[in-house]
Amino acid sequence: MSSWLSTILIFLPVAGALLVAVAPFSSYVLGSFAALVSLLEVGFWITSATKFDFGSPKLQLDQQASWFSDLNVSYHVGQFAFSLWFVGMTVVVMAACTIYGWWAGRERGRAYFSLMLLLTGAIVGVFTAQDLLLFYAFFEAMLIPLYVLIGVWGGAARLRATITFVVYTVVGSLLMLAAIVVLGLQQGTFDLTKMGTSTSTWLFLGFVAAFLIKAPLAPLHGWLPITYRESPPEVSAILSGIVGKAGLYGLLRIAIPVFPSVAQDWRYVLLALASVSLVYGSLLAFRAPDFRGVVMYSSLAQAGLIVLGIFAFNDLGFDGAVLQIVNHALISATLFLVAGMVERRTSTGEFRLLGGMARGRPALATVVMTIGIISLAVPLSSSFAGEFLILAGVFRQGWGWAVVGGVAIVLAAMYMLRAISAVLHQDVGPAVPESALDLRPGELAVVVPLILCLIGLSAWPALVSDRAVGGQQAFVAVDTGGGK
Amino acid sequence: MIQKPHVDWLAISPSLALIGAAGLLLMIAVLTPRVVRKPLAALIGFSGFVIAFALAVVVDAKTPAGSAIVHDSIFRDRWAALAQVILAGSGAVAVLLSYRERMRDEHVAEYYALLTAAGAGMAFFVQASNLMTLFLGLEWFSIALYVLTAIDIDLIGSLEAGLKYLVVGAVGSATLLFGSALVYGATGQLSFDRITAVGHQGDAMVVVGLAMVIAGLAFKASAAPFHMWTPDAYQGAPTPVTAFMASATKIAALVVTYRVLAVAFPHDAHLWRYGIAVIACISLAWGNIGALAQRNVKRILAYSSVSHAGFMLIAVAAASQLGERALMYYLIPYAAMSLGAFGVVAARERELGVPVTLHNLAGMGWERPFLGVSMWVFMLGMLGFPLTGGFVGKFYVFAAAYDHGFWWLIVAGVIATMISAYYYLGIVRAMYFRDSMELRLAPAGGAPPREFLLSAGVAISLVVTVGSFFAVQPLIDVAKSAAHHLPL
Repeated sequence: MSSWLSTILIFLPVAGALLVAVAPFSSYVLGSFAALVSLLEVGFWITSATKFDFGSPKLQLDQQASWFSDLNVSYHVGQFAFSLWFVGMTVVVMAACTIYGWWAGRERGRAYFSLMLLLTGAIVGVFTAQDLLLFYAFFEAMLIPLYVLIGVWGGAARLRATITFVVYTVVGSLLMLAAIVVLGLQQGTFDLTKMGTSTSTWLFLGFVAAFLIKAPLAPLHGWLPITYRESPPEVSAILSGIVGKAGLYGLLRIAIPVFPSVAQDWRYVLLALASVSLVYGSLLAFRAPDFRGVVMYSSLAQAGLIVLGIFAFNDLGFDGAVLQIVNHALISATLFLVAGMVERRTSTGEFRLLGGMARGRPALATVVMTIGIISLAVPLSSSFAGEFLILAGVFRQGWGWAVVGGVAIVLAAMYMLRAISAVLHQDVGPAVPESALDLRPGELAVVVPLILCLIGLSAWPALVSDRAVGGQQAFVAVDTGGGK
Repeated sequence: MIQKPHVDWLAISPSLALIGAAGLLLMIAVLTPRVVRKPLAALIGFSGFVIAFALAVVVDAKTPAGSAIVHDSIFRDRWAALAQVILAGSGAVAVLLSYRERMRDEHVAEYYALLTAAGAGMAFFVQASNLMTLFLGLEWFSIALYVLTAIDIDLIGSLEAGLKYLVVGAVGSATLLFGSALVYGATGQLSFDRITAVGHQGDAMVVVGLAMVIAGLAFKASAAPFHMWTPDAYQGAPTPVTAFMASATKIAALVVTYRVLAVAFPHDAHLWRYGIAVIACISLAWGNIGALAQRNVKRILAYSSVSHAGFMLIAVAAASQLGERALMYYLIPYAAMSLGAFGVVAARERELGVPVTLHNLAGMGWERPFLGVSMWVFMLGMLGFPLTGGFVGKFYVFAAAYDHGFWWLIVAGVIATMISAYYYLGIVRAMYFRDSMELRLAPAGGAPPREFLLSAGVAISLVVTVGSFFAVQPLIDVAKSAAHHLPL
């Protein structure tokens, strides 16, 4: 079944970006146009979700065209059930962040909105590409707008942040490029759907290095602190919410299906790294002196948790991982945006200078409280469902992993409550002016839809978790995990 | 009575068109009044390259199989024709970049005459089919380039650069000539085909001669360790000349290197594959590490061109059907990226009136949106990022290396690319991330003039750079047919 929908989802924002780059209008008009395009993108995603047959494990909404047949490289896009959710969270978060940028009135609007739309297209491309080289092209293309978005609109130390960020990601992605060249030539095709499996450990490690840097997982998270702190808040939201997920997607779509037996052999290493990230990230989040620090280290911890679910090698873990990926994309994007809103009022995110912001600011208090509560996985929240599935899944690999996960969830409650309390409660901090406004309607219009999505998922987590693997068969090849 | 060989005029028509243009330009230099000299000279130079381009396309279309013609002195084949197409295209863009370059009015026609003469020499050089024509072509375009490098005597460093280029270039030419003599002495043959036919593989004299031929050509391709002249010559020469040298000279040298090795010395492939691979690795290392320390943008690009020579030599070392395709494909976006990047540098240089450094690029991306975005694309292309042909080129080169079993060359290439990210993105950083307010740099005389021709040249480069990413298959088909009849 050939369909234009995936292609439209990739190239609609790209076309929008080109238009924004040349149209002779003011920043405000260009921003509203970009916001409109990003909402249209959400509309197209809803259309594709309604056309999607979740019962089928096959690639859907796919389209293929020859790119260079010389080495059997093609433009091949399409979506599996889980990719649909990746794309969904991307378009929703990107729409929120684009609109936030518009509301915040970023300088040099033409370049800003053009890059935001370009980034949307590239990320959707990563989640839909079914050809290795195409995947790599989109994976690298993501970096181009991000580099400029951080370097131009970032904080004071942005130059150092961009260098750190680029050095880490380029090293990872070039290792992947080498692996792609070798794998594609060995297999005779670069098409993931036609490719057999490989047993090469080196190639597996090449891919995994790139994905773990992107995710990121300890000890490859060195780029994370400075990048997340120096980026504009909406770019941090994108980085942590969805760009990091490209690494996790790579594990799901490439590292495990193409190297099933190697992935099996290496699962304890990955599980160990994931556990370390989970506990270490949680501890760092608990120690972090600022709001963004808590959010970014919690996303390191969450990446660890999700990898635990992925390398549980069973349906429970897999469904939980996909659900938690969607959850975390929405949660962490909201948290970074909220952190940005707090910084906008106080010009700092440091806890020792903050406090007492709840008084007289009911909307801010409600938003921070709600998103905080969802993110620390209280029962009935969607992240509770996701984490529960992951723990249940990884329990089958060995009870020890589940214990680590359980401990980390307790830690999550600790650091998140600490952050909420440091911002909202306690004495009024020195950096909080009396005149600091409550959330404005424009800001609410950005975060409330994200929170509503999360509340919806909390009410019905099975929307994602039961529809993550069509017919529970797509990953049957690897679903022979030990411990059963 | 002297026997005249049959001359295939069509085969040599691209060279002839450019020689014709050069001759015409020399007459213009003395016969026309000063007012019309500059536009007329540029027009004729441009037309010469465009006609050569068209003729090379015709030769390419009408030459399904390759053959040596005119007493086995030159080849008529698609390998040469395609190289001529790229060369003539580069020359035409170089003319566009040159138009507004500050130079003495009395030299302007000579400038274009030398440019077209260099183009003619390169067009002849890529067709060479024996050691004599090889050397003749090499000297022909080299001498034109020595003068071009030093043509702007008002520019500090231009004369020095010309002299350095002349001295080092002469060493390269002498090495090539000595090597040719040894090969001739051992085999008694000049033409590439017959050198192969005679055999003599493993003969010490042939091997030494081969090594010297490679070294001589590597001087022209500015592959390390034969690149010493490159940074100085690139920095000192007028920027449009640098653009032409970076693209056209390298194309000619690499295309010929591959031809000589594959046609004349296929029996010694097991030797020169490793020799070339080693030169490639040294170029990658030296070019990239050297570029890290530079602040002058022309020097950065010069070292980057050394590293690109390394990448293309990987394809030569792989010496297979895939390697041939990889080399020819790589040359197309590479030529466009070099021309475009130096074009942007030229624009900034004319605006400020001082050499362009990372420091005074600040804010350019915002002041000149089109040139800024173009430079951004060229840098990403040289880095091998997607949406540019540079990405596909690198991919093909790696594929060729793997195909031949040279996996360690992929490792070298990957490490080199990692290092290069720092300085390529450093240029983007310099253009966009710092405001020109920080600079307190006064432009040299009001708002910069609109340079339509330069922008057109950069736009053509941009279209080729990005277009070659999308139109991979057609370009690969062309490259495939060009490499079709070459041995190996």
